[in-house]
Amino acid sequence: MSDLKTFPKGGVHPSDHKLSSQKKTLILPLPKVAKIPLSQHLGAPAVAVVKKGDQVKVGTLLAKSGGFISANIHSSVSGTVAMISEATDTSGYLKEMVVINVEGDEWEVNIDRSTDLKLEIVNTREEIIEIVKNAGIVGLGGATFPTHVKLMVPPGKKAQVLIINGVECEPYLTSDHRVMLERADEMLVGIKIIMKALNVEKAVIGIESNKPDAIEHLASKTKDYPGISVQPLKVMYPQGGEKQLIKAITGREVPNKGGLPIDVGVVVQNVGTALAVYEAVQKHKPLIERVITITGKSVKNPGNYLVRIGTPVIDLIEASGGLPEDSGKIISGGPMMGKALTSTEVPIVKGTSGILIMTDKEAKRIPQSNCIRCGKCVSVCPLGLEPYLLYQLSIKRKFDRLENEDVMNCCECGSCQFTCPASLPLLDYMRLGKLEVGKLIRSRKNN
Amino acid sequence: MTTKLLTVSPSPHVHGDFSTQRIMLDVAIALMPALLVSILYFGVGALKVVLVAVVACVLFEYLIQKFLLKVPVTITDGSALVSGLLLAFNVPSSIPTWMLILGALVTIGIAKMSFGGLGRNPFNPALVGRVFLLISFPVDMTNWPKPRLLDFSFVDAVSGATALGKLKEGVMMGETVDKLMMEIPSYIDLFVGNVNGSLGEMSAAALLIGAVYLLVRRVISIQIPMSFILSVVLLTGIFWLYDPSRYADPLFHILSGGLMLGAWFMATDMVTSPMSKIGMIIFGLGCGLLTVLIRLFGAYPEGVSFAILIMNAVVPLINRSCTPKRFGEVLK
Repeated sequence: MSDLKTFPKGGVHPSDHKLSSQKKTLILPLPKVAKIPLSQHLGAPAVAVVKKGDQVKVGTLLAKSGGFISANIHSSVSGTVAMISEATDTSGYLKEMVVINVEGDEWEVNIDRSTDLKLEIVNTREEIIEIVKNAGIVGLGGATFPTHVKLMVPPGKKAQVLIINGVECEPYLTSDHRVMLERADEMLVGIKIIMKALNVEKAVIGIESNKPDAIEHLASKTKDYPGISVQPLKVMYPQGGEKQLIKAITGREVPNKGGLPIDVGVVVQNVGTALAVYEAVQKHKPLIERVITITGKSVKNPGNYLVRIGTPVIDLIEASGGLPEDSGKIISGGPMMGKALTSTEVPIVKGTSGILIMTDKEAKRIPQSNCIRCGKCVSVCPLGLEPYLLYQLSIKRKFDRLENEDVMNCCECGSCQFTCPASLPLLDYMRLGKLEVGKLIRSRKNN
Repeated sequence: MTTKLLTVSPSPHVHGDFSTQRIMLDVAIALMPALLVSILYFGVGALKVVLVAVVACVLFEYLIQKFLLKVPVTITDGSALVSGLLLAFNVPSSIPTWMLILGALVTIGIAKMSFGGLGRNPFNPALVGRVFLLISFPVDMTNWPKPRLLDFSFVDAVSGATALGKLKEGVMMGETVDKLMMEIPSYIDLFVGNVNGSLGEMSAAALLIGAVYLLVRRVISIQIPMSFILSVVLLTGIFWLYDPSRYADPLFHILSGGLMLGAWFMATDMVTSPMSKIGMIIFGLGCGLLTVLIRLFGAYPEGVSFAILIMNAVVPLINRSCTPKRFGEVLK
C-alpha cells in the first residue's frame, strides 16, 4: 500500500480508539416503544400519514416526504400508533415524533426478508431513483442528505465517478467498517445500482489504511464487480468529509461558496447508504434499521448493533453493559463532530452512526488561555480558513467582515479547536459567526 | 435510580495533546545545550545571569498580574521563564545584576504586560529588553568577557570585543578583512562557542542541537530560520565576492554574532511572527536583509535584534496580505 492518497491541506490526527472494530454486528432486541421523528434528514420534515390508534407493520409508511429535499419515514416496528407528539431528539430540540407501542414483529408482505444475494439489477434508472425516494433513504454517513436527490444529476451536468465513502475518519466509530466486512456483496450490488442510476462506469471505494482488513476484503471482492475499485487512503481527519475525500481521490476541488460535488463530476455516497440502496431496490425494504457502534473507554462491551430506527439510546447502552459509573457525556456520532445528548431517552435516527460514552474526565474541557498566535489552527484548517481571526471577529461581532473572511465555508470539522494549544473555543464562536452571517445573507436576499 | 447530570457541549469533544505550557517547556529544553556551553566557557557567572534573569522575569510577571492588573496569575504557562532565558542569552555574562533586573522589568513590564500579556505583545519581549539595555548602557552591554573553558573562578574575565565588533572597527579603520581575520576566532571556535559574545550566541553547534529538537517537536517550522539564514548568506556572499578585502565571507556571518540565536529562537517566537508559511518566509527574508544592512553599513556591529524587532512591527501587515488559499477557490 505504497500509493496511499490523502488531501493535501490541513487535517489532524486524533487518536483512533476503534475499540469495536473486531466486534461482529449483533441484532439489538426490539424496543417496547419506538419514537420515530418526522425530521431525520436534511431538509423539510416529513408529513405524517398515520394517526393515533392506527395499526402499523414494519415498513408501513408513517410520513410522506415534505418537499423536494425531504424523505419518507417508515415504521421500523409493528404495533399501534400511541400518539404523534413532540419529544427531544439528538439535536436537543423538541421534534415531532410518531410514538408506536410495539406488538410482535410483523413485516409488510412485499418486503423480502431472505438473506440470499440478489445480483441481477432489473430496474431502470428512473425506477431506481423512485424506489430510493420511496424507501426514505438518506446519507447514512451522518449528513442525512436525501439520497434520491443526489442520484438526480441536474441537466447540463455529468457524473463521471461515484465515490463510496468508507473512510470513517471519526475516532471510535466502526459501523461502516463492519458493513464493509460483513455485508460486502450486498454493498457492492448497491454500488452497482447507484452506478446505474447515475449512469457512471466507475466507482471508487475510499478506505483509510487503519482498516487493512476491509481494504483487503473489498479489494478481493471487487474483482467480481467490474468498474468498482478500492482506493486505500492515508489516515487523516477529516478525510470522510465529502470535499476532502473528493480531493484525496480525484485531486479535484469542489468550488466553494455553494459548489456541489457534481460540479466536478463526482457523487459521493456512504457505504451504509449503498447497503440501504441494495435492500430497497433488491429486497423492497425501506430504511428502517442501521448498524450503530456503541463505544467508549468505560463501556463494558463496546460493539456494533443492527438497530431499528426509533429505539431509545438507553436500550443500546443497556445492551453494551449499562451506563458506566463514570459517564460524563453521551455523544451521538464521533468525538470530533458528534452531538452531546441531553437525554438517554432520545431515539436512534437514520443519521446515528454511533453512541459514544465519554468519562467524567474526558467530558470536561481544558481551561482556555490567551491565543499565542502559533498559527496551528491556520495550518490544520482543511478549507484554508484562518480560525484565529474568525474567532476574534465573531467575539467582536464583526459579522460583515466575517462573511468576507469566508466563515460560511467552515465545515465545522473541529480540527482547529482540537489542535489549539490555548484550548480556545474556536469552533463555538465560528458557529455563532456562521449563524449570524447566515441571517445577514437571508435578510439581504429578502430585500 | 439516581439521577446523574451529564455534560452537554458542542463538538469537538476531544482535544489534542497540545498546550502553551508544553510549547514553552520545549523552548526551554531546546535552550539547554547553549546554556551548558556558556557555563562551560563563562563559568558560574553565566549561571548567575540566567538565574537572575529568569527569577526576575517570573517575579515581575507575578507582581504585575497580582497587584497592578489584578488578573489571574499565569506564570505557570512558562512564557516568563522563556523570556527570562532569552534575555539572559542576549547579554554579556559580566552584566551588573541591577542592570539585568532592570532589563527584565522592561522585558515583562513594558514589552509584554503593557500590551495585555502573553500573545498580545507585538514585539519580542526579550529583544525589547536587550535593545533597551544596549541603548541605555552601551559600555556594559558591549563589554564581552573572554571565554575560559572550565574555569569556575568567580573573578571577572578579561574582556574584549566580539568577532563582529572587531571586524567592523577594523574595516572602519581601513584594515583589510584578511588581516583582521587573523585576530578573530577561527570558524571552529565560532562553531563550538569559544568566542567573546553574549551568553547564548556563543556556540552555533549548541543552538543547532536545540533548533533540531524544536523542529522535531514541531514547535517551530523551518521557514523563518531558513529564509533568514539563507538571505544573510546570499547578501553577504554578494558583497564578499564584490570586495573580499572589505567584506567578510558568508560563513563568518552566519557563525558569528546573534544570527543563530536570533534566527532559530527569537525570530521564530510564535506571538511575534506571521501565521502562514509564506508570511514566515517573507518575515525571514526581511530579517536577513535588515541584519546584513545593519551589520555592513549601520552604526552597530550586530543587527539581528534590530532586524527582528523591525520585522515584528510588519507582522500584522504580512498576516493580512498572506492569507491562505481557500479550498475550492480555483474554479471561481
